[in-house]
Amino acid sequence: MNTELLKKILLPLIVLLIIIQVWSGIAHVVEDFPTPSDTYTAAFGGVNADGDEIEGVLADPFYIENEDDKGLFWQILESLKRVFGGFALALIVGVPLGLLIGMSKNAQYAFDPFIQIFKPVSPLAWLPLLLFIFQDINMTAISTIFITSIWPIIINTALGVRSVSEDYMNVAKVLCFTPMEKVFQIILPVAVPYIFTGMRLSLGIAWLVIVAAEMLTGGIGIGFWIWDEYNNLAYQNIIIGIIIVGLVGFILDVVMGKIADFFDYTKKGRA
Amino acid sequence: MSKFLSLEKIEKRFPIPAKEDYIAVTNVDLEIKKDEIISIIGHSGCGKSTLLNLIAGLDKQSEGKIVLNNKEVTGPGPERAVVFQNHSLLPWLSVYQNIEMAVKKVMPELSPAELRQRVEKFVSMVNLDHAIDKLPAEISGGMKQRVGIARALSIKPDVLLMDEPFGALDSLTRANLQEHLMRIQQSVKNTVIIITHDVDEAVLLSDRVIMMTNGPEATIGEILEVNLERPRNRVELQHDPEYIRCREAILSFLYEKFAKDDE
Repeated sequence: MNTELLKKILLPLIVLLIIIQVWSGIAHVVEDFPTPSDTYTAAFGGVNADGDEIEGVLADPFYIENEDDKGLFWQILESLKRVFGGFALALIVGVPLGLLIGMSKNAQYAFDPFIQIFKPVSPLAWLPLLLFIFQDINMTAISTIFITSIWPIIINTALGVRSVSEDYMNVAKVLCFTPMEKVFQIILPVAVPYIFTGMRLSLGIAWLVIVAAEMLTGGIGIGFWIWDEYNNLAYQNIIIGIIIVGLVGFILDVVMGKIADFFDYTKKGRA
Repeated sequence: MSKFLSLEKIEKRFPIPAKEDYIAVTNVDLEIKKDEIISIIGHSGCGKSTLLNLIAGLDKQSEGKIVLNNKEVTGPGPERAVVFQNHSLLPWLSVYQNIEMAVKKVMPELSPAELRQRVEKFVSMVNLDHAIDKLPAEISGGMKQRVGIARALSIKPDVLLMDEPFGALDSLTRANLQEHLMRIQQSVKNTVIIITHDVDEAVLLSDRVIMMTNGPEATIGEILEVNLERPRNRVELQHDPEYIRCREAILSFLYEKFAKDDE
């Protein structure tokens, strides 16, 4: 038990050490590549390789210099707003559409080919088209996320509906449930865990998409911030950005997983 | 009120693409009296479950008609409650909620207090007071089936349809449930149709046993009257001449006249 815990802490630490070693090696070979210590200083402040005292980018993530120069917190917040905007839209459209496709064979025949074709399209392919339509950074980013994160929600919702056992539907038939009662009392409870699986996948995709979308649209947001640091030749900040994007994505996934478990009847009452 | 539930010239065909229809059951005529318990027995594939689904209205017969209380059956309805083989409880609802859902839907006129009272009464009827707030996953297979029975009876059906209700249970649990059913029947009379493939179960529970010939084109082969006093005691019955006679009649029908090789 205790050794298990010790392993869980020690083994990742060993891998971390290896990663830092490899990173240092790369920094040694590639000119201007930031070393781990450069990156640490850039993040948390201190004296950099040139001997200058600098303030880290993480020292004050809440600063607002002007509209175009804000702390990392605001960058992340801006990205999250877009992600949740697009994600919420995908949910509002995707769940009812998924329910429809799951319940009606005709709807499945009608929509399935298009889902299969649009699902594998890279978000970056949509971006220019949407930018042309909306001529607005926020709208473009949100609609790109919408259009790429809606597919897992539709597919999983439909799958959830189809997994409703015939027996439950027979119970509903004997009790003469109305279609609405069938949806809310039988289909949704079964489909909810599937819907959440879809939402979790969608949110993951949305977070992947936002970084790329913001690089192209510019303005504000963590994706643009990373691109901006590249233009500033502040390569250590790119690495900081990558770690932050990873951490935020991880947190989103964990939170989504917890919410999903809360609504999943199969995970209840098994104390 | 002798003609309570009647099946007249029932036939059920299933279409098979590019072939002739498969005739599952044909020419079934049956009259069931009020408060009678009948069993329908036969080998697998004899269309006994098909017959039950037709009475339940979950499926539509190709020919003939089914009349309950002078009303033709055209679809499913709560006056023909079904106890499904695999209990079909909704796994996200507790024992109480599973029954409550049915009562609420069928008797919307009940006040919250009356509703609660009625649900609790039927939970007690199957001796599950201690498990009232448990989820289906937390109780045994036999208990789940008891909830299924309580749910079916709680909506005050005219006929209780049981599709191999104890088929998935071990024999001791099955005996226990049969006792429950007989005890309930003793206090509240119901008209019950039980689909079964268990000879002892058929004799023990029923007033009449309907024996089906083998499919395709299965039909009623023989009807056996079980003239045994109630309450019935399964141990004492083992030496009762009438019980032995009934048992032998069914066994001879199933294994001599209509023997079937199960591959």
